[in-house]
Amino acid sequence: MKKTLTCIECPIGCTIEVELQDGNVISVQGNGCPRGRLYAENEVVCPKRVVTSTVRAKSGEMIPVKTDAPVKKSEIFAVMEKINATTCELPVKIGDVLVEHISDDANLIAAGNA
Amino acid sequence: MKNVYDIVIIGGGPAGLAAAVAAYDNGVKDILVLERETRLGGILNQCIHNGFGLTRFKESLTGPEYAARFVDEVQKRDIEVLTETTVLSLAKDKTVTAMNTTYGVFSVQAKAVVLAMGCRERSRGALNVAGSRPAGVYSAGTAQKYVNIKGYLPGKSVVILGSGDIGLIMARRMTLEGAKVYAVCEIMPYSSGLKRNIAQCLDDFNIPLYLNHTITKIEGDKRVTGVVVSKVDENKRPIAGTEMHFDCDTVLFSVGLIPENELTKEAGIIISPKTRGAVVDQNRETPMDGVFACGNVLQVHDLVDYVSEESELAGKCAANYVLNGNGERDEVNVINGKNIGYVVPQRLNKTVGGMVKLFFRVTNTFRDCSIRVKCGDKVLLERKKKIAVPGEMETLLLTEQKLAMVDSDLEVELTEN
Amino acid sequence: MFDVIVIGGGIVGGAVLRELTKYELSVCMLEKENDVCMGQSKANSGIVHAGFDAPQGSLKAKFNVLGNKMMENYAKELGVKYVNNGSLVVAFSAEDMQTLESLKARGIANGVADMEIITAERLRVLEPNISDAAVGALYAKTGGIVCPYGLTIAAIGNAMDNGAKLYTDFEVVKIEKKADGFSVCSALGESVCGKVVINCAGLGGGKIAALVGDNDIIIKARKGEYILLDRESGEFVAHTLFFTPTAKGKGILVTQTVDNNILLGPTSEEMENATTETTASGLSHIIEKVNGMVKNPPLYNTITSFAGVRAYSTRHDFIIEESARVKGFIHCVGIESPGLTSAPAIAKYAVEELVGKLLPLTKNKRFNGKRKADYFFKDLSMEEKNAVIAKDPSYGKIVCRCERITEGEIVRAVRENPPAKNVDAVKRRTRAGMGRCQGGFCQPHVAEIIARELQIPFERVTKNGDGSQLVVGVSK
Repeated sequence: MKKTLTCIECPIGCTIEVELQDGNVISVQGNGCPRGRLYAENEVVCPKRVVTSTVRAKSGEMIPVKTDAPVKKSEIFAVMEKINATTCELPVKIGDVLVEHISDDANLIAAGNA
Repeated sequence: MKNVYDIVIIGGGPAGLAAAVAAYDNGVKDILVLERETRLGGILNQCIHNGFGLTRFKESLTGPEYAARFVDEVQKRDIEVLTETTVLSLAKDKTVTAMNTTYGVFSVQAKAVVLAMGCRERSRGALNVAGSRPAGVYSAGTAQKYVNIKGYLPGKSVVILGSGDIGLIMARRMTLEGAKVYAVCEIMPYSSGLKRNIAQCLDDFNIPLYLNHTITKIEGDKRVTGVVVSKVDENKRPIAGTEMHFDCDTVLFSVGLIPENELTKEAGIIISPKTRGAVVDQNRETPMDGVFACGNVLQVHDLVDYVSEESELAGKCAANYVLNGNGERDEVNVINGKNIGYVVPQRLNKTVGGMVKLFFRVTNTFRDCSIRVKCGDKVLLERKKKIAVPGEMETLLLTEQKLAMVDSDLEVELTEN
Repeated sequence: MFDVIVIGGGIVGGAVLRELTKYELSVCMLEKENDVCMGQSKANSGIVHAGFDAPQGSLKAKFNVLGNKMMENYAKELGVKYVNNGSLVVAFSAEDMQTLESLKARGIANGVADMEIITAERLRVLEPNISDAAVGALYAKTGGIVCPYGLTIAAIGNAMDNGAKLYTDFEVVKIEKKADGFSVCSALGESVCGKVVINCAGLGGGKIAALVGDNDIIIKARKGEYILLDRESGEFVAHTLFFTPTAKGKGILVTQTVDNNILLGPTSEEMENATTETTASGLSHIIEKVNGMVKNPPLYNTITSFAGVRAYSTRHDFIIEESARVKGFIHCVGIESPGLTSAPAIAKYAVEELVGKLLPLTKNKRFNGKRKADYFFKDLSMEEKNAVIAKDPSYGKIVCRCERITEGEIVRAVRENPPAKNVDAVKRRTRAGMGRCQGGFCQPHVAEIIARELQIPFERVTKNGDGSQLVVGVSK
């Protein structure tokens, strides 16, 4: 089976063709770099995304946040629910962990200074 | 406050910040950055999604993270910044008049000025979309500000016109925040957004993209209640009988960005009708001596990484101007030839040494084509491309050796093979 | 019990209300919308007509010419922009040139001064962008332009500063004749009593007349769509350019506005149910006509399009009279073009002649007809601006970057008479959001200022009244 993907690793957005046999990747074509190969291999097995959003600080400001690693695509809305239930005290610095293990794969960290 | 500076930079977004740091590092410490918002960083502050900085920092940053890297550099150098200060005018003698609540209206005299005011979004009004004028019609950037900075949800059911990157990003953002995005409509046969944004903002959430479609009517008295979407023909005219109706409470427009050059025009600086930014040479110097322009006020870039790169060039050249003044000008024009929408810089000053990177956009989607830089009958450079699209800025590097061959106007052209 | 109740907060009602406050009278205005100036007074061409259009002997002709003479001072007193830019009725054929001769003759008969028929050469000097097909024009030097919503809001605000009371969201549904006057009731069950009632209800003028049994006053609606161009193209034409009128009316015009935009329109479409929706066909009709009037109109600089609904009476003239059936009930309705120009003169006549017959008119010695003149902050000199900022630093903060409107001006619009309660109301008073980005940048800021000043949650701030909330809730 062949799958066609658009690589999301960088703005070039290579079109990658992945050939699968019995759920195993047997070839990756069209990627412009090694990161694209890795993306494609993961994407056909268990697609993951970094989630970016905001957390409302106790004082009301919106703080940009992101997961420090990609989370399973199927878990994005579950992660969003946890983000929406989160709050924090100011000040926060970029990289401060706001929620540890927001999913199996990632922590939620501040993505802006405030 | 001081009223004389070596360099005054108008705008504290990514362009202004990069220009300030570069000017400082090239020997001019007496710099003032004027920013109209309450904090530095410009539009990046509301672009909380990731994907910034891959070219420059080799990692994927959010907008605020990318901005913070430059804000840190500005602060390390102790460069003077005035926020919540709006520049009202730029005079021919490089007097910058600005206003804030502390100093009222005040003027500062600069030896060099860097224009870094960024761009704004085209509005619904500019498109003459028919219908009523209810609440719930926003540009994508305004909606982004409501959601990401103010913490409000502008609507619950959304149709988006325009598949530029901000529109795509907002389709995902509104979805994550609990809204239902029914459709993204694009009047052109292709999206002007990045392919990866179609994948991760639309495909990931099963949001349909309707190419060759536009909104032909907005309905609703007080608040939007729906839109009519129609297919368009090759002349972008709606085709009768193709109307689709969507019930929605919100319409977002992501239909292009326009450099904010009101100050530039009022100062009498020539504006290119193609880029809607100033005409500049390879140093990003405008025809007004000592006035430079960079970033989205000069040309709308696809990536902030390139804004930083261009602005560092402008900052460096502004510093050089302050320290050494301008040499002789010996200029040729750089013309956008066949199938090329525009080229920046529009002028080449032959007395400036070094390499020159030409930035340009093609006018349509072309496959198997050649892009050429010509000087009269001489072909200085030729590059073959499998595909070229208007949505992606192209670049070509002219080496010093090639530049030595320039003896008349340059022309960039694209031909299909 | 008020002495006089004015129904309708448009330019006619506003001018009448202000005129009334010149006398020792207690007066109020009833407006069905959430703000004044919500009907045709906010969406028209803003032209101060010279007065050659209206048939000789009509009320339109009489009040147009009188109003034209009053307008410059009237606008000046109220601190509203007026420019005497002159009108040009452009001819495209020999037949048109003949029509111009009769227009000029009619103008003279109506009492219009300073008109001349000019050659194509002279026309091209006055308007270099005029179409090559133009063969001449009637040049009416007394023609002008004024900000229609600015004038309406200022007249009502000035009346309020002089003691008039304003009731908004007061839709009149019942009028009862009492021994000493009238009881006027709203849809929500409130009532206001007055000795004299003046019907200035614009599009609703027929309905109001019917409430007192004047069923012969029939008001119809006609929609006009417009296109507005950026100030950047503001010098494209200098005068107001009309086509030579035909049996179908004055048609599409091309004009500068007092705020240096270019305004194109209006279309003219009879309507059963009034709506201010624009249509693709209407907008393309404007574009087609404008392309016939001028060369290469800068349509790329379009910043918005909109529509207004104009009321007209089946008498095809203004109706300015006391009801024949009901003593003490005055109609000022059917005020179609040139209603804006005529309004100050209509008001003077309605008060001095019609109200004067019903109530004693004693001069109000405390009447101050002047509005604060520093309204247009951006037009002040650097010294003047700094004097204002020294007193109130919020004038140092630009909120609307396109039109350069400061926080101080927005706060003032919310606090000053008649108070602005929503984003569009602020826009009409200050121009914040009227520029090339159409509020893209400033709307969140303007809304925050409104929420703060009115002490309401942000989610309750509206674009133009209840139901038009800007956001549907907090995001988390």
